[in-house]
Amino acid sequence: MSALAAALRKEALIQWRSRAQLLAVYLFGAASLLLFSFAIGPDSAALRQHSAGFLWLALLLSSTLSLAESFGHEMENRAFEGLLLLGAGPRSLYYGKALSNWAQLSLVGIGLVPVMVVLYDAGTPRIPSLVAVIVLGTSGLSAPGTLYAAMTAQARARQTLLPLLLFPLVVPVLLASVKASSLVILGDPMGQMGSWILLLVAFDLIHWSLCGLLFGRVVED
Amino acid sequence: MSTPALAVDAAGLCRRYGRRWALVDVSLQAPPGCVVMVTGRNGSGKSTLLRILSTAIRPDRGTARVAGFDVRRQTDAVRRRVALLSHHSYLYEALTALENLEVAARFVGVPAGREALEERLAAVNLADRADDPVSTFSAGMRKRLSLARTLLRDSAVVMLDEPYGQLDPPGFRLVDRIVGSLRDRGVAVLVATHLLERGASLADLGVILEAGRLVWSGPAAELPSRARLDPDGEGGA
Repeated sequence: MSALAAALRKEALIQWRSRAQLLAVYLFGAASLLLFSFAIGPDSAALRQHSAGFLWLALLLSSTLSLAESFGHEMENRAFEGLLLLGAGPRSLYYGKALSNWAQLSLVGIGLVPVMVVLYDAGTPRIPSLVAVIVLGTSGLSAPGTLYAAMTAQARARQTLLPLLLFPLVVPVLLASVKASSLVILGDPMGQMGSWILLLVAFDLIHWSLCGLLFGRVVED
Repeated sequence: MSTPALAVDAAGLCRRYGRRWALVDVSLQAPPGCVVMVTGRNGSGKSTLLRILSTAIRPDRGTARVAGFDVRRQTDAVRRRVALLSHHSYLYEALTALENLEVAARFVGVPAGREALEERLAAVNLADRADDPVSTFSAGMRKRLSLARTLLRDSAVVMLDEPYGQLDPPGFRLVDRIVGSLRDRGVAVLVATHLLERGASLADLGVILEAGRLVWSGPAAELPSRARLDPDGEGGA
């Protein structure tokens, strides 16, 4: 537990010192939302109908930036190897990094909601439910995203390689997140929300467990 | 657990990078409290040897026990007893000197309070730069901070890869003092360096590597006459 606390403290320090990057990721997501809205045109009903899909596309694209960068700090001066040689457990390092990425992506996602509401006329009184879906969905992106970011961190084309590996894996998460968000925004007369949330929770549990187990294999020589 | 008779006991170590063998059949023994100088030309395998013994990389062949533990099968146990000063500083550029030490101290499990860490920084003459980010540090200052980080834990074996690199003359003397104090405490120290005269005066044993092979080992005092690291035979530096 103390190793996880140490890993979280490290992440908090690094996130604080490089906080401008969080703003950059957020602005990228907001710009993506703006550009997607141009594809629909001025049809407010269509905009509202597709708002959840575009919110998650913007989040997915933003996530590749922040996930890839999250290991940038670890690779310069081989700081990550230094921690492993101090005896830090790979699993603690993984969960520290994944939780940090999750927090960052959740913040970006929640911050994009007002942009979506304004650009897509997608206001909803059920904001807490939408936030809950964002938190669950970004959890499903962060767990495998952190593992793949570690795998691709030393590759020259990591910005390309990461989405190529990550996107196919997170299709179910993306699908469930878009459907659940749509139901929050457009209403849920058939009561389908529960099954999508269940799917998200199941994927989150599987990814967080499996990736934690695999991480040691990925980062050791 | 009792102290092992040999702090480092390696036999037949081999390591390959792609098709090139960086280390071929290297054996090395060092008792506790012994300072071993590892020397050789650039690319002779010094860093590879230290990286294998510190578990940063695995050997392709051969066996090694460090502080009594197998580097292949008991990696965690070795890591808790070994410290490596690497070519890579292992520092986070975005963090301050103090924060870098704090991060490492929390993982090692030593006091991570400001006062305790400032003492560590003072020991390497960096107390006045405690709150400056590492990205503003010179190469020599980074080396000093890496030294402080390396010495956070009381290790059974300390490996210093080119510890004099980028340091000024006071830095040289600092490294000498550190190595002497480690030896006095019974710590085995492996020093990879090109500075033959300096290393030989500190070390008990000497090892010369050439193209990944161990070509000589013996008393460190004989090193300067044995090693021919540059065309002038002065051992580089």
